[in-house]
Amino acid sequence: MAKIVLQREVAADFADGETDHNVDADDVRQLIKRLDERFPGIGKRLGDRTAVAIDGEIFQDPMLQPIQTTSEVYFLPMIEGG
Amino acid sequence: MGNEEQQFKTVKKSAATSGYKVVGTRPVRPDGIEKVTGRANFGADLSLPGMLTGRIVRSPHAHARIISIKTDQAMALPGVKAVVTSADFPEIGPKQRGAGEAPISFRDLSRNVMAREKALYDGHAVAAVAATTAAIADQAAALIEVEYEVLPHVLDAREAMKPDAPVLHDDIFTKGVDPKPETPSNVTQRFQFGLGDTDAGFAEAEVVVEHDFTTQCVHQGYIEPHACVVDTTEDGMATVWASSQGQFMVRNYSATLCGMDISKVRVLPAEIGGGFGGKTTVYIEPVAIMLSKKSGKPVKLVMGREDVFRATGPTSGGHAYAKIGAKKDGTIVAAELTMEYEAGAFAGSPVQFGCMTGYAPYDIPNVKAVGYDVVVNRPKVAAYRAPGAPVAAFAVESALDDLAIKLNMDPIALREKNAAKEGTQAAYGPKFQRIGFVETLEAAKDHPHYSAPLGPNQGRGVASGFWFNIGGESSAAIHVNEDGTVEVVTANPDIGGSRASMAIMAAEVLGIGVDRVKPLIADTASSAYSALTGGSRVTFAVGKAVCEAADEVVDILRARAAKVWDVDLETVEWKDGAAINTKSDEGETLTLAQIANSAGKTGGPISGAANINAAGAGPGFGTHICDVEIDPETGRTSVIRYTAIQDVGTAIHPSYVEGQLQGGAAQGIGWALNEEYIYDDKGRLQNGGFLDYRVPVASDLPMIDTVLVEVPNPGHRFGVRGVGEVPIIPPLAAVANAVAAAAGTRVNDLPISPPRLLAAIDGAK
Repeated sequence: MAKIVLQREVAADFADGETDHNVDADDVRQLIKRLDERFPGIGKRLGDRTAVAIDGEIFQDPMLQPIQTTSEVYFLPMIEGG
Repeated sequence: MGNEEQQFKTVKKSAATSGYKVVGTRPVRPDGIEKVTGRANFGADLSLPGMLTGRIVRSPHAHARIISIKTDQAMALPGVKAVVTSADFPEIGPKQRGAGEAPISFRDLSRNVMAREKALYDGHAVAAVAATTAAIADQAAALIEVEYEVLPHVLDAREAMKPDAPVLHDDIFTKGVDPKPETPSNVTQRFQFGLGDTDAGFAEAEVVVEHDFTTQCVHQGYIEPHACVVDTTEDGMATVWASSQGQFMVRNYSATLCGMDISKVRVLPAEIGGGFGGKTTVYIEPVAIMLSKKSGKPVKLVMGREDVFRATGPTSGGHAYAKIGAKKDGTIVAAELTMEYEAGAFAGSPVQFGCMTGYAPYDIPNVKAVGYDVVVNRPKVAAYRAPGAPVAAFAVESALDDLAIKLNMDPIALREKNAAKEGTQAAYGPKFQRIGFVETLEAAKDHPHYSAPLGPNQGRGVASGFWFNIGGESSAAIHVNEDGTVEVVTANPDIGGSRASMAIMAAEVLGIGVDRVKPLIADTASSAYSALTGGSRVTFAVGKAVCEAADEVVDILRARAAKVWDVDLETVEWKDGAAINTKSDEGETLTLAQIANSAGKTGGPISGAANINAAGAGPGFGTHICDVEIDPETGRTSVIRYTAIQDVGTAIHPSYVEGQLQGGAAQGIGWALNEEYIYDDKGRLQNGGFLDYRVPVASDLPMIDTVLVEVPNPGHRFGVRGVGEVPIIPPLAAVANAVAAAAGTRVNDLPISPPRLLAAIDGAK
C-alpha cells in the first residue's frame, strides 16, 4: 500500500489529526475516493486545487497520475510563484 | 566572446548541452528592436476612436466603514459618461469558484477590486468614473462624495494578532487551531510543516542559535504601471487589451467578477513592462469593463505610480523566529521557524510557502515550521518572485551564519555538511529527486570571489535558497510557412525572455536555424488555454508544449517526404532540418523549405499543436556571495561585489538566465538595504513613488557576476529548470551576513538602512 501524508490542517479537520495513512490506490483519483470513504468530506478538500507529490515529483491539481504500492504521496498546497 | 560575456561563467556539470546546435546559444532577442526603438505596444499605448478616460476614486482611510457613496454630481458633469461602484458588480458568495488557476477567493478579489462594506486600506478603490477627457475624469472623481465612518487600523502582523487589535473582518475565525475559536480574528490560518521531534532534537544539540527577525513589505517595482483598454459591444462582448502576466487569467478573473461568460471576454496581451508576480491578478480590468458597459464606449484605465504603491499587491512583510541546534561537528539536529506574515487586507499571504522552503535546502531530521497568515490594513499582497521564501530564508540563512561563527566553521562548509541531496526528505515532506544544491556550494567555494581579500570596513556573506518550480497547463502551436520559416505561437506574455527560449527549443527539435523561427504570443481567442506566466514555469512547461508541437511537425514533414518519395514512413529520418531517404543510394533529402513549398501537393498546410499539463519541474537551488563596505560614520552600506550561483538545469538562452539571476539579486539587495513602506499615524502611505521608495538603480550596484551550474532536470528533454524565482531568495541574508561581518554586529530587522545600522553599531559599542 502507498504511504499517504496529509497536510496537518486537513488531517485536523477530517482525520482526527492523523497525517500518515496507508492506502491501496492505482491513481490520485482512486486515492482520494478511498480517503473520502474513510474520512467523509475529505475528498472535496483534497480534490480541489491541491498539489500532490508522488515519489518526490510535484503535480499541480492532479487526478490521473499513477500511484505505485511503494509510492510516498504527500498532499501539499498548490504551488504558486511570481 | 565579448568582454561582457567573459564576466559570466557557465559551469556545466554534465554533457547535457553538448551536441545541441541551438540550445545554449545567445541569439539576439526577438523583441529587442521593438523595445529599444520604442515601437513595442504596452498596456497604455493603445487608443481607440471615441475612447474615454477612466479614473478610480480611492479611500483616504486605512480602515473605514462606507456609509454612502453619492455619484449624482459627478454624473451631472458634462463629459462624464459612466460612474461605477461596488453596486454595479455582482455579489460573489464565499464559496463561489470562478474559472482560474489559483485557489483564490473571488469574493475577496471582488471586494479588493471595488470596496463594498468597508475600505480596508489607504488607496482601496471605492468608485470609478469614465469621461471624455482626463481633466473631466479627474474633476468627476473629485465630485464623488463618499461618507466614511473611520475605524481604528492596524498595519503590523504582531500588532494585528493581539486580542485588542481592530478586527478587519468579522467572518474570519482562525483555521488550523484547536479548539476552534468562537470570536473573529485577524489571524486567518495557522500552518505547520515539519519532520521528526524538535524537542528531542534540541535535547541532542551541543550548540543552539536563535534570532528574531523583522522584514517590511516590499513592492515588485515593475516599471510599467497597470494599464488596460476595454471596448464592449451591444452583444455583451468585451475586448480587453491589457498588460498582465496572463491573458487567460485576466479573461477568467474579469469574467467571474463581472458575472460574464468567459466566452464574452477576449483579452489581447500587450507587451509587459515587468511583473515579477505583481501582475498575476486583476485590479483595473473588471472596472474598465463595467465602465465601458455602462458608457457604451471604449475606456482606458491607467494607474499612476502612486496608485500602484497604494493599491496593488506588494509581498508580505512580517516577523520570523529561527532556532537551530547542532552538534559541535556542524551536524544540524533540530530546527524551528515561526513566522507571522502580513497578508494585507484579505487572507492569503505566502506564509505556508515560507514554512515549506526555509529549511528545504538542508537535511535535518527534526524540523518544525509554523506560520500565521494575518490580515492588516495594507493592500492585499500579490505574488513576488518565490512568494514567501525570501523572508524565511533571511531568518534561516542568517541564523546559519551565526551558527557557523559559533562553531568556528566556514559558512559554506556548514551548508555542505547539511546540504539536501537526491533522496533527502525535504522539510516539507517529499524526497528530492536529482537536485544541484551541493554543486552550487562547490561552485561558490571554488569561485575567486570567495577567497578574494577584503579591506577595512568590508565584510562577506553567503546565503542559499530553494524554490519548488512548477509546470502546469500549457499550449503551443507551430505553423510552417510556405518558404520553410516557422511561427511558434504560445499564449504566455514574455516577461523574462520566453519568446527567445521558445524559438530556440523549436529550432533545436526541427533542426533549423533560430532565425527561421518567429515566436508569437496569441490572444485568448487565438490559442488554447495556458496558465499564466509565473512561478518560473514558462521555459519549462510551455517549452515542453513547444517541443511536442515541434515533434508533431517533424512527424508530418517525414510523412510528406515519404509521400513524395513513395516510400514507407519508417524509411524517412529527420536530421538537420531535412528528411533523409535512408533507402536511397544517392542520399536523397528534402529540406523543410522544400517540403513546405509543395505542401499543397502532399496534403495541405503543415502545423503541429500540443496542449499539456506539464509535470516534472525540477527544484532550483542557489547560493550567493556578497561583499559590502559600510561607513561607520553614516551607516551607509555599499555592495561592492556580488556573485549569484544557481543550478539552472540547462540554460536555453544563457544571457536571459544570467539576467534572471542579476535581476533577482538586485531586487533582493533592495529588499535588504532600502525598501519599505512608510505610513503616517493614520495609516496613509507616505512614500508612494520611486523617489521615496528606494529601489536599487544601476549606480547603486556593482556588476553582478553569475555562475550557471547546469544539473539537467530529468523531467525535461533539454534539462530545463525554472530559474526566475530562486535568485531573489538568498540576497536578504547574504547582504545581512556581509553587513554583520563588516560591522561586527548583526542587524536582524530589514531594511538595513543607515539609521538602523548606525544604531546597531552604537549599541554594540
